[in-house]
Amino acid sequence: METLVFQGLVGLSVSMYLWLLAAGLTIVFGVLGVLNFAHGSLFMLGAYFTFTYYGLWGVNFWLAIALSLLSVAVVGYFMERFFLRHIYHLDHAYQLLLTFGFILIFDDAAKMIWGGVAKIPAMPSFFEGTVSVVGRPFPFYNLFIIGTGLAVAIVVWLLFEKTWWGKMVRASASDREMASAIGVNIPTLFTGVFVFGAMLAALGGALGTPVRVVAPGIGAAMIIQAFIITVIGGLGNLKGAFVGAIIVGTLSAYGILLFPVFELFLIFLIMAVVLMVKPQGLFGG
Amino acid sequence: MKTRLAILILVVLLALLPAYAGKYALYVAIHILLLSIFSLGFNLLFGYTGLLSFGQAGFYAVGAYGCAKILLAYPSLLVGIVGGVVIAGAVSLLLGFLCIRHTRIYFSMLTLSFGMMIFSLAWKWRDVTGGDDGLVGIPRAPLEIPGLFKINMAPMENYYYVVLAFAILAIYLFYRIVHSPMGLTMQGIRDSETRSVCIGISVRKYRLLSFTIAGMYAGLAGALLPPLESTVTPPLAHWSHSAEPVLATLLGGVYSFSGPIVGSVLFYLLKDIIVRFTEYWQMCLGIIVVVLVMGFRGGVVSIFSRKGGQR
Repeated sequence: METLVFQGLVGLSVSMYLWLLAAGLTIVFGVLGVLNFAHGSLFMLGAYFTFTYYGLWGVNFWLAIALSLLSVAVVGYFMERFFLRHIYHLDHAYQLLLTFGFILIFDDAAKMIWGGVAKIPAMPSFFEGTVSVVGRPFPFYNLFIIGTGLAVAIVVWLLFEKTWWGKMVRASASDREMASAIGVNIPTLFTGVFVFGAMLAALGGALGTPVRVVAPGIGAAMIIQAFIITVIGGLGNLKGAFVGAIIVGTLSAYGILLFPVFELFLIFLIMAVVLMVKPQGLFGG
Repeated sequence: MKTRLAILILVVLLALLPAYAGKYALYVAIHILLLSIFSLGFNLLFGYTGLLSFGQAGFYAVGAYGCAKILLAYPSLLVGIVGGVVIAGAVSLLLGFLCIRHTRIYFSMLTLSFGMMIFSLAWKWRDVTGGDDGLVGIPRAPLEIPGLFKINMAPMENYYYVVLAFAILAIYLFYRIVHSPMGLTMQGIRDSETRSVCIGISVRKYRLLSFTIAGMYAGLAGALLPPLESTVTPPLAHWSHSAEPVLATLLGGVYSFSGPIVGSVLFYLLKDIIVRFTEYWQMCLGIIVVVLVMGFRGGVVSIFSRKGGQR
């Protein structure tokens, strides 16, 4: 029983990285209609930038995270402004292909700049230590991640539901032409949404640096997880992405414990079944 | 007439390849032929039917593992290859039935998840697939029809001719398929699903046909691999391997018959040349993909022909 509770908490902290990653992906899809294959690579870049600022240059941990968010925001800006913007009118397939090209570029760029060896930066000292949960030591950092994930969920919700910008975004998501007709500057708004999504991915990557390995290729691995989550929750559905992340995170935490052989198979099976039975996702209307 | 002559010359050159090329060139040529078959099948789905699959590597792997299993149990090249294609065809018929319920992004995601399910089986189902070690020691069995002939496949040239024969057969059949009423119907569905439904076409049936044929082509390419490499491993089924025919097709040209073949040749030769100068081959490939999508969606073939690339 204790094991189950403990493993559930582990799963929950993993879920939060996945949530940060999937949130950006699903927002960008919901508004821009683009499934960004390179979204996982933005997660990877967030991790690498944080590693550089914090691990190599010795910048304050929080400042390093903020700087890496800004850096990834710049990358996202260029992707949207100079490439994606010009192919919105094309078939979905071409947007997938273009962003796939970006995965290849980012992966090799990371190898070129940071080398092919995995980096494991040190944990900031104030995060060391554990909390006793059901009589076992649980890393304090994981609790912090769970808290941050929940906080981001609330902030994103407030942003989209309560602010003027959020209203404009939702308006253009449901009817691009009408929103444009009543004076929403669609191209600028789209750039903003893409950059926002990129920063969410970067935050996930940045927060992962103290505990997760940073290596070229993690982007490609993460994007598949993000696809699974957003598909389960419904493409473009923010609430779905949150629940989907918790499902996948917890399932892989328990899966490793209970049925290690079929964990991967099971996750893809769930994705396929959701797609076949309810393609709009578990929470789609 | 001019095209026919060009094709004839090309076939003769390919047939004479062992006479003037070394072992490595033959090895590369076999791989190019395999990728061509793989990409042609993919393009029947994408270019001709309008469905972007990210799970074709799954069927490739089914063909490869199927052929490997057969060769390990019963060393006859023909039985292994045909067996691999049949198994891949059966699996793609089954999964196609489930996948073609959707189009666009949902189809891509569904094929991705099925492909990765096959990958996870190859990786974890150790008793059957050998797990992450894969299957090893697969013999390059002789080409044999009992009572008629038996050809030793140990020399690379002999196996090259087998692959070439299968490739020519596959390309010829593909030409017949896309120029048949069935192929035209598929293109009609790609261009307008609504219109096709209205004139009484069973859209699902043709999508399923296209999916199954594409799966068999992937299976054929896969089945020709184990006799060459004598081993099969799980990465064959991974989604990043599914991206290879996608890239080759994009490179050559999506809406042209020869696009995937030209693209496969370019893909391999470019890789061979670029890796001599830099280890960052992936980045070059990525840049090529971005440039193609941004400006040359008809691929290389469309640049050199006036007819293609207008879509």
